[in-house]
This record gives sequence, C-alpha cells and structure tokens, in this order.
Amino acid sequence: MATKQTRALARTMMAPAVIVLFIWMIVPLVMTLWFSFQNYSLINPMMTGFAGWANYVYVIGDPSFTQSLINTLLLVGGVLLITVIGGTFLALLLDQPIWGQGILRIIVISPFFVMPPVAALIWKNGFMHPGYGMLGHLWKFFGLQPVDWFNQYPLFSVIVIVAWQWLPFATLILLTALQSLSEEQREASEMDGANAVNRFRYIILPHMARAITIVILIQTIFLLGIFAEIRVTTGGGPGYASTNIAFLVFRTGILSNDIGAGSAGGVVAVIIANVVAIFLMRAVGKNLDA
Amino acid sequence: MGSITLEHVNKSFGEVEIIPDISLDIEDGEFVVFVGPSGCGKSTLLRLIAGLEDTTSGKILLDGQDVTDAPPARRGLAMVFQSYALYPHMSVRDNIAFPLKMAKMPQAEIDKKVDYAARTLNLGSYLDRRPRALSGGQRQRVAIGRAIVREPKAFLFDEPLSNLDAALRVNMRLEITELHQQLKTTMIYVTHDQVEAMTMADRIVVLNAGNVEQFGSPLDLYKKPANRFVAGFIGSPKMNFVDGPEAAKHNAHSIGVRPEHFKLSTTEGAWKGTVGVAEQLGSDTFLHVQTDGLGLMTIRTDGDQTFSHGDVVYLTPDPTRIYKFDAAGKAL
Ligand SMILES: Nc1ncnc2c1ncn2[C@@H]1O[C@H](COP(=O)(O)OP(=O)(O)OP(=O)(O)O)[C@@H](O)[C@H]1O
Ligand SMILES: [Mg+2]
Repeated sequence: MATKQTRALARTMMAPAVIVLFIWMIVPLVMTLWFSFQNYSLINPMMTGFAGWANYVYVIGDPSFTQSLINTLLLVGGVLLITVIGGTFLALLLDQPIWGQGILRIIVISPFFVMPPVAALIWKNGFMHPGYGMLGHLWKFFGLQPVDWFNQYPLFSVIVIVAWQWLPFATLILLTALQSLSEEQREASEMDGANAVNRFRYIILPHMARAITIVILIQTIFLLGIFAEIRVTTGGGPGYASTNIAFLVFRTGILSNDIGAGSAGGVVAVIIANVVAIFLMRAVGKNLDA
Repeated sequence: MGSITLEHVNKSFGEVEIIPDISLDIEDGEFVVFVGPSGCGKSTLLRLIAGLEDTTSGKILLDGQDVTDAPPARRGLAMVFQSYALYPHMSVRDNIAFPLKMAKMPQAEIDKKVDYAARTLNLGSYLDRRPRALSGGQRQRVAIGRAIVREPKAFLFDEPLSNLDAALRVNMRLEITELHQQLKTTMIYVTHDQVEAMTMADRIVVLNAGNVEQFGSPLDLYKKPANRFVAGFIGSPKMNFVDGPEAAKHNAHSIGVRPEHFKLSTTEGAWKGTVGVAEQLGSDTFLHVQTDGLGLMTIRTDGDQTFSHGDVVYLTPDPTRIYKFDAAGKAL
C-alpha cells in the first residue's frame, strides 16, 4: 500500500511525462478543432475567416460520408469477425501437442511483424492481381476467369488483407488464454461427460471470454483508423467503395486540399471513435471486471 | 453396483515405469484408501481408473466389464480433485447440474437432484454464488455435490482435503465417511495422511514406488504389517526399528517396536537411554530417547508423566508385540 509520501512523490515524478503527453495530444486536437471552423482551402487561398458549421455541413451532408461510415463499420466488423473466429480456431489447433510447435507458432505470428503497406503490397501484387497474382493463377488453373479483386470486391479485399494482419494478434492472445485453462477443469468436464463440443461451449469459451473482449476492444481502436492498406491497394475506390472515415479525411483534406473540411471530418472521426468505444465498453466491457 | 478390478496394470510415461504391475480387487460399496509416500503413483493409479490416463498394459474392469479403452465419460465414475476443479464462471447450482445437463436429463429432474444434493451437503444458501465467493470447505462440498448428483458407480477422490485447515479437515473427513454410509457407493480415496487412511477406510492399499505393499483392513495393516515398509508407514509416530545383534536375539534381521508398546521405567529395563526431546501433547507425551547402542527411539507414554532433557530411562519392549523382519524386509 502506498503511503501519502510515496503517492506525492509518484505524482511529482510522473508530472513531466503527463504534461508532455497532454500537450502532445491537446495541441493537435485544438488546432484541428480551430481549422474545422475556418475557411481554409489551399485551392482557394483568398477565402479565409470563420466558416461556422459550413465545413461540417459540407462533410456530413455529402453522400460519400454515409458510405464511408458504413464502410468503416463493415471493415471493423468484418475484420473482428474473421480474426476472433479464426483466432479461436487457430488457438485451439496450436494448443494441441504437436511436433514443431514452437516453429509453427512463430510462423503463425509472423504476419504481425509485416508493416501494413508491405502487407498490402504483397497481397495486391502477389495474390490478388488478376494478371500475375497467385489467386489469378489458381482461378486460371481451374479454367475460371481471374477475379479483379480490387475492382470487383474492393472493400472485401481490404477486409481480407487487414484480417490477415490482425489474425496473429488475436491468435496469440486467445492462445495464451487457452493455455491458462487449468488441466483439472478440463479433466473434470471430461469426467462429467462433456464431449468436445460441449467442452468448448461451456468450459473453454467462457474461460476465453475476457481475452476475446480484450481482442475486440484493442482491435477496434486500431481498425477504426485503417489507412495504409487502403492507400496502397484501392486508393479508396472505385468511387468511394472502399473509403472509410479515416481515408475520407485524407481525401478531403489532402487530395482535395480543403484543410477546413478535412479537419471537420477529423473531428467527426474522433467523435465516431468515441461513440463506438462507449458502445463497445457497454456491450462487452462487463466481461472485464469480475 | 461398482466393483473395480485391476489386472496386471502397468503404466509407463515414456521410458519411466511408474506402475510396474498392479492387480487389485475392490468390492462394490467398499471404501478403499490408497496411501503411500509422495510420488509413489497414487494419483496415477487413480487417474488410470478414471480413464484420464491410458494404461500401458493390463486391464481395468468395472462391474466385470472391460473398460480399459473406454473414455472417462463412459465409465460412469465421478472424481473429486484436490484443487476442486469447479467451473469458475458457473454458479454453484450450474456446477452441480453440469454433469446432469451433459447427460441431457430433463430440467425438472435436474432441479430435484441438485436440491437434494444441496440439502445433503448443506449448500442451500450458496446455490447462486460463484465458486470464487466460497471458502475452501464449501468449494470442496460443491465438488462432492457435483460428484454425487450423477449417482456414479464409484467415487474417486484425489487428496480432496489437503488444501483445508486441520479443523475443517477433521470435519470433512467425518462428512465423507457419513456420505459413504448413506450412499453405500464404492469410494477410492487417495491421501498421504495416514490418519485419514486409518479412520476412513474399509481397506487400505499401501503403495510404494508403484507397487502394492499390502492391501487390507486398517487394523490388519497395523497389527500384521506384511513388511517393514508397511510397518514403518502405518502408525504414528513411526515404528522403531533395531538391527544387528539385538535383532538376532529374536532370530530376525531386524525387529520393530511401536512407540506405544514399551514399558518405561526409571530404574530398570532392557534398554537404557537418555531422554532428548519430550513432545507433550496433553493426552500423550512422545519421548525421543537416545538409547545406548540402538539409536534414537520414539516412545509414547501418557501425558501425566513428565520427563525432562537428560533424564535416564529404561525401555522394555512388550515381548508379544515385537515385529520381526528378514533381510528382505518381509515380516516373519
Ligand atoms: N504426465 C507425466 N509424465 C511423466 N511422469 C509423470 C507424469 N505424471 C506423473 N509422473 C510421475 O509419476 C510418479 C507418480 O506420480 P503421482 O502423481 O501418481 O504421485 P502421487 O503418489 O500422487 O504423489 P503425491 O502424493 O505427491 O500426489 C512421479 O514420479 C511423477 O513424477
Ligand atoms: Mg497425487
């Protein structure tokens, strides 16, 4: 237990770090807020001054915003679905005693170490390219017309790439949780007559609930801001078919050179992230206490 | 119905042979205790019977049926683990109901059985709590409850009381014995506490390094130990052993005398010695006596006699209660 002195000391020692972090965070946020209420377009430098809600109306009113919002939710939801289910499955497999377990685990984890743009490029050129990608060859081998993934299924393709990157993370966390299940509990359930399916449903899954919650929360935070994969592969297109909110901010602010509207989009993105976070904490956060 | 027969059961983990060859006949309704020093294979033997480990060779019969290759669920046995192994995310009620639910029993019947078990084990007021919110003794009772609702052919207990404090242990010991009287189901109980073994068992299996040293009733083991190992293991404090010329006088390689089978005198007797430590328990006093030429001996006397360090005493073993062993340790 901390005494009064140690607490005061701890506070003093921590203050510089906290202050720097606070400034680091608050300055860009305030600047973004400030810009979002200004007329500030690089294409039209003569128009300056206070803009009121015009930037917000412009961003939210545009049909691209609704589509981006839906894309964001689909992207986050899709990746979560694939990684949680796939991760659970992989964790169950990796938990079996097999020869070469150590190496196998490292191989499974390795996609996580590949930088997002690199991963996206590997998928773009190595797998999904209709002309020389592996999948194209596979389709051709079966006498089928190769799929032009990024044009025909742009959002789905991005989801696959991002899921591939995050699957190791989910697997790793879930595997750790699985390994912490006591052997005696497993044996007790076996004695109690539970078959493999029931054992999974009544013993293993509840045991992993907390880890799954953590995977969902952490991944959501990162998945809301997916950018590099979209930039490298589809560029948000065709049209706005694979543009999420983060990429919309980039398109408005940087590609269209409208700093004011881009900032407004950024503020909206922050609000959406918070709404999603609160919603998630409500939905699954109760697994964390207890 | 729950007779258990082991026929030449052998168990090795890889190269290491843990149980060389065990044959046992456990009758229906019997309370059998496995005792032995740590690492002798008690848990392994129990887990073989439960089906949690595969036998390397040999057969296990349940009610005369070969279950050697049957999975645990199919054997109809219930096990109570040392660490209770309750399911932490389920309420006490759901824990107890779990085996019934797995057996696809109708809900109404499940409720009836759970309530019955809860009443038998005084768990009524905890039924809706999680295991985390229970004390060790209560958890143990839940684990037992989970075992009895299934009405198994036999119960297997692996040191179920070793995590409890001494007072609670005595209580639970009585409760389990009481339960056995009520249910009359076969029970196999693993412990290394010989008081538990002596007080609870109908018959005791003394194991040593994976071998059965003796299988018999507690008093049999106490009165007629088959060998030096059993003689030393059963009875507390331990039997005193004497080798050499003193044993040769009795035509044995070594002799043993229990601490309670000495006559103690301050003036005359067979063996002379000086009192070292005197452990006073109130009802009894254990004297550790350094004898001249025969080593340290433990003597049990009643609590009223007081001795202090350095007192000279004479010990006379009760001649009718001297155990004799040959060179291999077998009783003569
Ligand atoms: N899975 C295993 N693999 C290899 N050796 C094992 C395994 N399980 C047990 N053993 C060994 O088998 C021997 C007997 O173990 P067991 O658990 O049956 O002892 P025990 O009599 O129950 O002891 P204790 O009183 O300490 O619980 C020990 O030497 C142990 O190291
Ligand atoms: Mg053991």
